[in-house]
Amino acid sequence: MRQTIVRNVSELPTYGFGPRSGPWWGAMGFMALEGMGFAVAIGAYLYLYAVNSSWPIGAPPPDLWPGTTATVLYLLSIIPNEYTNRVAHRQDLAKTRICLIGMALIGIALLVLRGFEFAHLNTRWDNSAYGSIVWLVLGLHSVHLATDVGDTVVLAVLMFTRHAKPRRFSDVTDNVFYWNFVVLAWLPLYVLLDWMPRL
Amino acid sequence: MAAEPKELRDDALNGLRLSTQLERVWRTPPGLLGALMSVDHKVVGRRYIVTAFAFLGLGGLLAVLMRIQLAGPEKTFLSADKYNQIFTMHGSTMMFLFAVPVMEAFAVYLVPLMVGTRNIAFPRLNAFSYWMFLFGGGFLWISFLFNVGPDVGWFSYVPLSNLQFTPSKRADVWAQMITFTEVAALAVAVEIIVTVFKLRAPGMTLDRIPLFVWAMLVTAFLVMFAMPSVMVASTSLILDRLVNTRFYDSSSGGHPLLWQHLFWFFGHPEVYIIFIPGTGMVSAILATFARRPVIGYPIVILSLIATGLLSFGLWVHHMFVTGLPQLGAGLFTASSMLIAVPSGLQIFCWLATLWDGRLVYRTPLLFVIGFILIFVLGGLSGVMVASVPIDTQVHDTYFVVAHFHYVLIGGAVFPLIGAVYYWFPKIAGRVLSERVGRWNFWLAFIGFNIAFFPMHILGLIGMPRRVYTYTADMDWAHLNLVSSAGALVFAVSFALLLVNVIYSLRKGELAGDNPWGASTLEWATSSPPPPQNFDRIPVVKHRDPLWADGESLPVVAGLSTDRREVLLTSLAEAEPQVREASPEPSIWPLLTAIATTIFFIGSIFTPWAVLWGTPPMAIALIGWFWPKGSKEDEA
Ligand code: HEM
Ligand SMILES: [Cu+2]
Repeated sequence: MRQTIVRNVSELPTYGFGPRSGPWWGAMGFMALEGMGFAVAIGAYLYLYAVNSSWPIGAPPPDLWPGTTATVLYLLSIIPNEYTNRVAHRQDLAKTRICLIGMALIGIALLVLRGFEFAHLNTRWDNSAYGSIVWLVLGLHSVHLATDVGDTVVLAVLMFTRHAKPRRFSDVTDNVFYWNFVVLAWLPLYVLLDWMPRL
Repeated sequence: MAAEPKELRDDALNGLRLSTQLERVWRTPPGLLGALMSVDHKVVGRRYIVTAFAFLGLGGLLAVLMRIQLAGPEKTFLSADKYNQIFTMHGSTMMFLFAVPVMEAFAVYLVPLMVGTRNIAFPRLNAFSYWMFLFGGGFLWISFLFNVGPDVGWFSYVPLSNLQFTPSKRADVWAQMITFTEVAALAVAVEIIVTVFKLRAPGMTLDRIPLFVWAMLVTAFLVMFAMPSVMVASTSLILDRLVNTRFYDSSSGGHPLLWQHLFWFFGHPEVYIIFIPGTGMVSAILATFARRPVIGYPIVILSLIATGLLSFGLWVHHMFVTGLPQLGAGLFTASSMLIAVPSGLQIFCWLATLWDGRLVYRTPLLFVIGFILIFVLGGLSGVMVASVPIDTQVHDTYFVVAHFHYVLIGGAVFPLIGAVYYWFPKIAGRVLSERVGRWNFWLAFIGFNIAFFPMHILGLIGMPRRVYTYTADMDWAHLNLVSSAGALVFAVSFALLLVNVIYSLRKGELAGDNPWGASTLEWATSSPPPPQNFDRIPVVKHRDPLWADGESLPVVAGLSTDRREVLLTSLAEAEPQVREASPEPSIWPLLTAIATTIFFIGSIFTPWAVLWGTPPMAIALIGWFWPKGSKEDEA
């Protein structure tokens, strides 16, 4: 088939930020389906809650301090996270490096805290359906937390190598975006795990 | 930074030099290692299609075994135990390893071509998802051959699938296979959504997207919202079995019905995940062989979306007999019937197109017409089972078996075979034999109806499903014999398809770019397409570009010719925005899939696999994402 060139795109950039870039949409897609996973897990929790006359089953509610401390930390982490977003957009390599290290440290702190959250659920996964569902919900969120921390660490390392190319800043902003999702997903889970059993 | 040399871009090259240069940049490396590294959507798509059809063959073989066993009363061809395994394997293979994967596989091959781009979004993820699918399906079948295949139905109802009633590894195998295939399906769904959203050719606005692509887009969203549910369900099941959680154990506050809710929240949309791509194939084939665009393009799209949305409201109709509150049941009956409306609208659009078109009766069109006839019948029996009083009556009888085979085979397999005939030239460069095609169609159509129509009657006179035999005094023998004979005829039609494919691959008539005179972009490149799909990215100005633009296709210039680049466009208007790098071939997706497989299968046997299985996965993932050797990074 004959072709007629009607347009030249050579002036276009080779990477973009946010909705202009492919990976951003990929992250959106994964957040949508992971969000669906959380919604289903919450649905299962509420279903088990509804069919049982006593809740929690055979255990005191989780101790409040680990979950609450984590929640505060999650909320505060938004500030450095947004700052990371800003310096990455400005393509400020030095500041981006520092921010990534900072965010990785916050993530690791939250992972350690997650250990305490499990320890203070006051129930084992095999005690009852209540124990099973709280472990599942917390486990599900932990997988996301760990994934994001792993991603942040790898990005941080990358930024100290020759691979710190301009388009990598776009990856950093996607990572920022995903962290917001991890935080946002945590908030309903905190209410569900720590406050539902106290109703 | 030095000024970029001019030869980088394709405006400096033309014709053959451009093609050769692009081919060098985009081709899959040679040799076995190259094949294992491939991230070309056409290579992966072809593998996906072939593998899914292989599973159809295996599932079909089991169907024939079941029909032999049921051909007469009190046969001893299969034992009760074997029969349980076989119907479970048949259902699981068909639903998880054939029907959904084959549709996604066609999308992997076709969608990038149809939207006019060079590769799918996230090609490495695409390669990974194929390996996951292959390993998950292989794992299920190897387990079956070693006599640890699941035997608890394709829906694995608890408590039957609990440790208490199924102490062997059978149900674990089932649950892990689900996770494998869902990981693959979900990844492909994201790839398709992003490909359609961001990689469309310039000018392909939302109302110029081909109907098949629309159908796959809606399907991808259904996958994204339905499949997490079955993953949560099967993960909970396997946790109950392996580490003693109590999700489904009613003595510790768990609830068996939780399983059914989670399962059917996925299981009902699943039917539409299979059916909606079928409708997309129908629309594509119909337009081409009626020589006119499908009438009511916006109506078809709205119907697709409405069907998708409604499909989530309906899962409870699988549970009418579980004693739910009356009001709820009434509501769900209403919405179960409501879903007939958008499907009906689509059928009217197709009939109008047929009516108005100049029909060319080639094999793909025959399958489409067969589809319409069978699907209408399946829809009618569907409206019947959607009503609570009738469902209570025919629940778990062969009436249901008849109904869902009419819907699944009529709604998906017939369009699919039509699609094989239709797109085979684009995939293989040769046309399938038309003469064999006609035999194929008539044997399939007649065989299918002889096999499945009698099951309606068998169900009404009381034959329950999932029984391995029956006694002579039940008077079911004649109809069962007829049904089994029909099943054999139906099976022969598939053998004929296979013969046709093997024969035509070598000896078929050469296809040329556009053998059917179709209107969509996949026909604007050679058959089979070169690694880069298009030498220049097309610009779309009409809904049917190849019909409207006649002999000269408008295209863009200015993409790189010495590294892989795709053009990203805006969501609604498809305005060019970015020239983004597309990944090079890589072995890491395969290594990641192997590591994941060891993790999943290991964890069936020891929970410790979660500990020692994670580091290899993490290493593989880092290898995958590390931008080493990426041309774009070196530049
Ligand atoms: C050669 C064509 C086929 C034949 C002869 C056939 C036959 C059968 C029969 C006899 C049963 C009932 C088993 C029982 O309840 O005892 C069955 C079940 C089933 N079939 Fe098919 N089938 C065919 C193709 C398909 C296809 C293409 C699909 C899906 C795309 C499919 C999906 C299913 C499912 C989901 C079940 C339910 C299994 C269960 O109850 O666990 N079948 N089939
Ligand atoms: Cu249904």
